[in-house]
Amino acid sequence: MSTGSYIRKRSRPLQVYAIIFIIVLYVPVLFIPLFSFNDSIYVRFPLEGFTLKWYVELFQRDAVWNSLMNSVRVGVAVSVISTLFGIFAAKAIARYRFPGRGPLVGFIMLPLVVPLIIFGVALLVLLSRLGIPLSLWTVGLGHLIVCMPFSIATLLPRFEGFEPALEEASADLGENALWTFWRVTLPMIFPGVVASLMLTFTVSFDEFIMAFFLNGTQPTLPIYIWGQLRFPQEFPSVLALSSFVIAASFVIVFIGLWINRGAHAGTIKVE
Amino acid sequence: MSDQSLSASTSDPDSPARRAGWFERLIYRSEAARGFSLLAPTLIFLLTVILVPFAILIIMSLWTAVGFDFDTTPTIKNYQQVFERPIYLALLGRSIYISAIATVATVVLCYPMAYYVAFHVHRNKMMWIVLMTLPFWTSYLLRVFAWKVVLGYEGVINSALINVGLIDEPLGFLLYSQEAVIITLAHAWAAFAILPIYVSLEKIDRSLLEAATDLGDGPAMRFIRITLPLSLPGVIAASLLIFIPTTGDYITPALLGGPDGAMIGNLIQKMFGPINNWPMGATLSIVLMIIIALICLVYVFIMLLVRRKIS
Repeated sequence: MSTGSYIRKRSRPLQVYAIIFIIVLYVPVLFIPLFSFNDSIYVRFPLEGFTLKWYVELFQRDAVWNSLMNSVRVGVAVSVISTLFGIFAAKAIARYRFPGRGPLVGFIMLPLVVPLIIFGVALLVLLSRLGIPLSLWTVGLGHLIVCMPFSIATLLPRFEGFEPALEEASADLGENALWTFWRVTLPMIFPGVVASLMLTFTVSFDEFIMAFFLNGTQPTLPIYIWGQLRFPQEFPSVLALSSFVIAASFVIVFIGLWINRGAHAGTIKVE
Repeated sequence: MSDQSLSASTSDPDSPARRAGWFERLIYRSEAARGFSLLAPTLIFLLTVILVPFAILIIMSLWTAVGFDFDTTPTIKNYQQVFERPIYLALLGRSIYISAIATVATVVLCYPMAYYVAFHVHRNKMMWIVLMTLPFWTSYLLRVFAWKVVLGYEGVINSALINVGLIDEPLGFLLYSQEAVIITLAHAWAAFAILPIYVSLEKIDRSLLEAATDLGDGPAMRFIRITLPLSLPGVIAASLLIFIPTTGDYITPALLGGPDGAMIGNLIQKMFGPINNWPMGATLSIVLMIIIALICLVYVFIMLLVRRKIS
């Protein structure tokens, strides 16, 4: 037996626990798509039979399409803006030492921890005092607060695993700051940028609380779903719509996390 | 390293610093200036949309609602009401109780999972981490909604148990109870517990464990004397990351809590919605923030003492 092998020893109970854990993590969510194909307006066993009618019915609703487009518009704008801001902020945090760096980073990451209802309420009060009407713009503003910490946290490991000498070499070879960024920095952090765009889009697309307080007359998709939850007869179509949202989110997030997987393992290497 | 190249480039006669104005010179000379200028857009934006609204929230909490308008003479009447009317304190207390239980449950259940991935998974570690964090990126609303499907009166559990023949009538206590809220919170916030605990376990120097074994500690003692104290920062971070946001949660108690499981977030929403007493809503938000901050300070202090005791 080699040294340290007792630490590497397999632990059967732990392995079983881990597998049960993953199952419990996913199964409740999977009941939503399961029942969305069920041919009954009741969500209960036994299943009545396979149907796509709840999905077909959704396609014919203008309100669904409108709220979907609203969510996509807000999501795209928020993901692009928060990623742009995130690139600068992540570079500043990873590369430079400056006074107050720790507390400032803590402040930026605050929205990850503080209950969003408080940010939502505070922004609502400010906007109403300023006389700014609630709209998709105000929802987007709220989502930017939520998404910026995610964007920075996604991009930060990219900058930390990135050799500053590359940028310096580019500058020494006569490129200006803009071209250095375009030809050296951006290609190096590109997986992080794509991941940040995809993750922040999903966070905005799925976000409910901020949108709940800040939306005007145009609902986003989660707000529309929330409104439909009041009507029992709408339950199956809510399940179908939710399945669509969950599937879309899972695919986008999975691709995003996978593209950026090297960032956590510290495997970003200079070729 | 960047300092060296910096001084090299400023001494270079053709360097841009020689030709530039005072701002560019400052940028080239000072690392802090470069850091600040890159951070500035994010910082200015967040300061405007976080601190300014907070200031106004505090001001509004000193107002009183008069019909649809506000009486703007400053008064601490709202704060007095929070401590005089039992409903406010009861809801605050219940919110803290529910999230405390949910936090403990999540951390205890997630610790072995994080431990497994940190110490027993050697291949495909990334796949496990992605698998554990994936649901957390997707809609919180829908993950909570999923539990409504599972726990509902005619939901998955009840109808399955009836079909199997274990019960004749649906179990009414599953939905609309504090337990339902606790289960859902623990499930929905799992990733927030796993990641910090995993990171702190992963950082533990494996040779310390070997040393403990060589000096005669068994697996249990090794865990209590080495692994647990060293992973305590992760446990503290995980607890705070779950406790703080769940105390003010709105969606879970709204969908699954019913009257018994309502929390302070629901009341704050009502103050800004149907009850239409914004100053009181602002007051409750601020009181909630202050209480959370105090509890966290005490918690961190106690945990640091505990850590000093065991190590």
